[in-house]
Amino acid sequence: MPGKLKAKIVAGRHLPVMDRASDLTDAFVEVKFGNTTFKTDVYPKSLNPQWNSEWFKFEVDDEDLQDEPLQITVLDHDTYSANDAIGKVYIDIDPLLCSEAASVISGWFPIYDTIHGIRGEINVLIKVELFNDLNRFRQSSCGVKFFCTTSIPRCYRAAMVHGFVEELVVNEDPEYQWIDRIRTPRASNEARQRLISLMSGELQRKIGLKVLEMGGNAVVGYLQCFDLEGESGLVVRAIGTACTLDKLTSGTPASNACNSPSKDGKEPVFGEDLPSFSGPPTPFRALPTSSSSPPPFSPSKPCSRQSSSSDTDLSLTPKTGMGSGGSAGKEAGPLKTLLRQQTQTALEQREFPFFTLTSFPPGFLVHVGGVVSARSVKLLDRIHNPDEPETRDAWWEEIRQEIKSHAKALGCHAVVGYSESTSICEEVCILSASGTAAILNPRYMREGCLDTGSTDHRFEEQSPPSCGFCHIPYDELNMPFPAQLTYCYHCRRQKVPDVLFTTIDMPPEAAVTGKGCLIQARLCRLKKKAQGEVNATAISNLLPFMEYELHTQLMNKLKLRSMNALFGLHIQISVGENMLLGLASATGVYLTALPAPGGIQIAGKTPGDLNNEHHILTIQKRINDTIAKNKELYQINPPELTEELVGSPIPEPRQRSRLLRSHSESSDELSELDLSHGKKDAFVLEIDDTDAVEDIHSLLTDNSPPTGFYSCNTELMPGIYNWTSGVQMFTSVRVFRLIHANLTNQGLNKIFTDLCENLLKSFYFKLRSMIPCCLCHLNFTVAVPEEELIQVAVTAVAMTFDKDHSQEKSADKPTTKGCNETEEQLQFPLELCADSSSSNNQPSSKISGVPESTNVSPRAASVDYGSFADRCSTWLELLRLKAHTIRRGSVKTISSLDRSSPLPEGRSRSLRSNRSFGGSSVTVVKMTPLSFLPGTRIIKYLGIINMFFIRETTSLREEGGVSGFLHSFIAEVFAMVRAHVAALGGNAVVSYSMKECVLMENPNKNQAQCLINVSGDAVICVKETDQEPMPSTTNTGQTCSSGADGAT
Amino acid sequence: MAVELDVFVGNTTIMDEEVYQLWLDGYTVNDAVKVRMEGGVLEECEASADVLLSDTMDQYRTFHMCERLLHSPTKLANQLLFQIPPHRQAILIERYYAFDDAFVREVLGKKLSKGTKKDLDDISAKTSVTLKSCRRQFDNFKRVFKVVEELKGPLVENIRQHFLLSDKLARDYAAIVFFANNRFETGKRKLQYLTFQDFAFCAGQLINNWTVGAVDNLVDDMDVDLDKEFLQELKELKILITDKDLLDQHKSLVCTALRGKTKAFNEMEANFKNLSRGLVNIAAKLTNTKDVRDFFIDLVEKFIEPCRSDRWTAADMRLYLTHYTNSAHILDTFKHQVVWDRYMGVIKSCIFKMYHD
Repeated sequence: MPGKLKAKIVAGRHLPVMDRASDLTDAFVEVKFGNTTFKTDVYPKSLNPQWNSEWFKFEVDDEDLQDEPLQITVLDHDTYSANDAIGKVYIDIDPLLCSEAASVISGWFPIYDTIHGIRGEINVLIKVELFNDLNRFRQSSCGVKFFCTTSIPRCYRAAMVHGFVEELVVNEDPEYQWIDRIRTPRASNEARQRLISLMSGELQRKIGLKVLEMGGNAVVGYLQCFDLEGESGLVVRAIGTACTLDKLTSGTPASNACNSPSKDGKEPVFGEDLPSFSGPPTPFRALPTSSSSPPPFSPSKPCSRQSSSSDTDLSLTPKTGMGSGGSAGKEAGPLKTLLRQQTQTALEQREFPFFTLTSFPPGFLVHVGGVVSARSVKLLDRIHNPDEPETRDAWWEEIRQEIKSHAKALGCHAVVGYSESTSICEEVCILSASGTAAILNPRYMREGCLDTGSTDHRFEEQSPPSCGFCHIPYDELNMPFPAQLTYCYHCRRQKVPDVLFTTIDMPPEAAVTGKGCLIQARLCRLKKKAQGEVNATAISNLLPFMEYELHTQLMNKLKLRSMNALFGLHIQISVGENMLLGLASATGVYLTALPAPGGIQIAGKTPGDLNNEHHILTIQKRINDTIAKNKELYQINPPELTEELVGSPIPEPRQRSRLLRSHSESSDELSELDLSHGKKDAFVLEIDDTDAVEDIHSLLTDNSPPTGFYSCNTELMPGIYNWTSGVQMFTSVRVFRLIHANLTNQGLNKIFTDLCENLLKSFYFKLRSMIPCCLCHLNFTVAVPEEELIQVAVTAVAMTFDKDHSQEKSADKPTTKGCNETEEQLQFPLELCADSSSSNNQPSSKISGVPESTNVSPRAASVDYGSFADRCSTWLELLRLKAHTIRRGSVKTISSLDRSSPLPEGRSRSLRSNRSFGGSSVTVVKMTPLSFLPGTRIIKYLGIINMFFIRETTSLREEGGVSGFLHSFIAEVFAMVRAHVAALGGNAVVSYSMKECVLMENPNKNQAQCLINVSGDAVICVKETDQEPMPSTTNTGQTCSSGADGAT
Repeated sequence: MAVELDVFVGNTTIMDEEVYQLWLDGYTVNDAVKVRMEGGVLEECEASADVLLSDTMDQYRTFHMCERLLHSPTKLANQLLFQIPPHRQAILIERYYAFDDAFVREVLGKKLSKGTKKDLDDISAKTSVTLKSCRRQFDNFKRVFKVVEELKGPLVENIRQHFLLSDKLARDYAAIVFFANNRFETGKRKLQYLTFQDFAFCAGQLINNWTVGAVDNLVDDMDVDLDKEFLQELKELKILITDKDLLDQHKSLVCTALRGKTKAFNEMEANFKNLSRGLVNIAAKLTNTKDVRDFFIDLVEKFIEPCRSDRWTAADMRLYLTHYTNSAHILDTFKHQVVWDRYMGVIKSCIFKMYHD
């Protein structure tokens, strides 16, 4: 019996009126875990019942603890008829299973009903006592930490990065079971919610087991998705990166990993500062060729006719940016080959050397090859055994193999920034995977290596850190595709490509010129309605053309902005009954290490035509003007266009293939040749028909954001470094109905482009009070929910920054002033109601007195390093102490942080909070899709938030139409996420994302249904100016620990 | 092609104060968009009319969803659905409960019933406050009235605590509740010159001096009703006009004190008996609910109008009433000093407030 789960139902408030006669409610609560159910007494005639129940105790396997949610149902007692359900709360108790996460769940949860939405709130207290598990063949994986964050979480250090983990579970979708015909919509929705909760619990447990098997203790970049396949089932799948994380305990690494990228933008790699970890290296675990992976399946099974569309050469080539020849480096040559061999062996032991991370510890990423992606079209109704995961496993296996071989073709042994997605329409399913081919530093892959052996690879770090990742990884004599190489503009020693496309965040050490911006390529393609194989073939025939066109658009728009690299590239292709939608988003930048992009040259097909010629000239002029305007807008003025680099402003058109030929000579002679080519490269657009003209027009219609605004889809905006604390996360959804029956591709494209552009405009308008501000992590999701509908959902965060200092990174002035101002403006300081506690706890200087200079500027940081580290270590020490007590104590520790209760109350909070519900204000929970909050420091990760909700209505008009329905549903989802985080003792969600938003409507029947899946990491963060964690927390921990039992 | 659905939800609820005001004022979405366009937001932020429409609809939806919470403002503080910073919440509430003076003047003292609600379109036409806004204001009055009606303790404090209003607004609501409860007549033509603030001031005086709570706030009674015992005692004041000696004595005392101090002395002397009869009769009749309702009209007819026709200045009024009140204390046979003071204190300040054009 490895675990005891205890739950206490304290009180309810704001309950709905269930008895019309008395305008009151006789509420009671059922608490269910697994097959055990407990009930509270009925609290008669009240909308604010005080149950104050006993502790309900469930004795359960830890396997169940991981899989099952705690289910709390609030009901209205009725003497004569059946009790009416008011609503439910599902609580994932996973965070309690990990000693480093939360120790107690306590707080107000919204009572949720799938038909009525939120109906009042309930106050619950939950604890878990885990016993040591001696069973070696255990099925649970308690203690493995999960992070949605796609970088090494702050306040941890990666001792080792093990690699890719994946898992997939399938179940019948309750909505498609026969019983659904006779049960109520509510019952059906609840069955679905519960099932998905169970499945994701199971999935997480299974992934945890794989991680333990690999010797890791955490999953970073955990990405879980649902496929609502319909008849053939409901799939929950997840991928992630297994790591061994060490909690940071000393000051030095803290600053290394915890500094927000905004601060240490150009900070040199701190490799030397890593502490020498003297523990004996654990015996090398021969990583088995993942026993975890599904059994190899013959990809050409007759049952599933698949037409893999993503041809390496066709669809991939254009997308892959270029790197530099690994062997080209003259000095470090032999050493590098050695390194390469080591890395390769380390990586080749893995079946899939994939990493879901998008930003990395310094020194991890050596070279970047370019984007690799693969897509394949499958028919869901051909799955032989729909209830088993084998077929889907085989599908993904196949795609991953393809990705792997693409990476190899680019001379890379690993894929970073890896992600997978699907798009389903009826029985057709497009599976997509993409990532960035890369060469990694092997020391993170070999056990013990990182800690002791950092000396071995010292020189690796010595090579110019800011441009290393741009250097091509492949052999320039044997290039996988035509590319144009030059010597790196930064170090002048190694080759770099002319453009670089990646799916990762920009490495913090990379040098950029000017600012970045969001670049989107949008595309619609009509297709004939069809069934089965015909449909699948039609789709897979279209895919390569779409990829090609999206790529061309991206390239053109990049040139138009005078930039040479894309980060965070995400291409989504969505399938509908009669069209395909493609949306590629990325953040463009001018990498200083890469050559300046040439202009865009327009060429007419029929040069003789005078009229035409004139037309072309005007277009050319417009393009040149736009480029000039953009250069000014994004402050792109490359530092030296000097000496050998001076070339004609509008370079002559040149055939790329000719360039390639020139490369097939010995590398020594190449140097001069290359440079001369590099600057002259221009992009030629041929206008041969009206379509092309349209395309060019659409190129020029993209609006740049209004003054004071920037936007990007990566974590941070390249070129902005002085973030202040104003944060506004938002979700926006738009659905567009196409009315004209016979639309052309061009017409559709325009509609789609306008839709996206208008959305952006709306954001700028709504957030105008935050100027100067940047929309970060703009994540667009497109779907074709019905034949004539286009749905675009966006989640992003607007963050304020200090305009005066945005240019220079090393602003030595403390930014406190700026902070305050924006907070004022936003009306949203971090601790709206935690104020009292924090100010009580740190009486004086902390808030106002301490200048931020040490934290703010990297330069100052390195000067003042010692003292800062000291301070760091003191609070970390405190923190560790606290964590220790938590583990032993297991009672109430963190929560005092977020209550408005002042210190004396905080001590006896667990008792008090039960009663003091009346006037208590609500904990402010910030949410962000980024992995951090500017101006704050994450001091603790409390566990993963992964929630799935269904909402349905049969009174659509009364709820304000679809907009009203969805608006309140999204607000409800936010509220439930915040409530869960607050109950865990947290005050923020980082790496928040909305994975799924499926809306089905039937206005004629006055009905609508919506499914939303969100995830993120619950954290506690403190203001960066606070040097110590709240002392009260420590106090409370200590006070409480005295009366507690030993859980460890 | 058309936008079928368009929503924007922020983790911190975004609310534009200007749009909120337009919503409160009962503008339709389209009218609000027009007003905003004229206000010039568009030029400021390089946006188009579509953007403005979409934003306005979003905000209207948000306000609509919040409205339920605004009906019981204490819920707004601990609800979980919207994350709104506390000072924002305060603004939302204060603005929601704010009202137009023109509107409130129309319903002041009327029964807050369905019947009155039906007349709202007339009031709307008369005051040019939109019907929607009239309804909100009316419902606010009614809601506050219903909650406070049953509560014990000081009226203003009760309103402030239950509706989290500012002191000023809570006082105004107290006046509205008090007037509605006692059904004071305020609509007569003769009273038209009085503003809501005049009445609110008088209501404050009455609440503070003539209710049970005014004497002893430990008593388990409300501030909304006048002190019955006191009203009964007021009958005793009749002696001032029924006893001829007393009346003459009172007159000569007042006249002695006033002589030479005002130009209006002759009129004062001539009118003394009439005016005194007027005030004392008002006091004596207050036991009748009907006469309570006519309290203000009586004050105007019996006292203010005669004085005004004699062209008393505000200073004259002050002088006269002060001496009129104080002289009663010197009358040997007059035994009701306490009641007299309690009565005249309020009458004095009410008349001072009401004596203007």
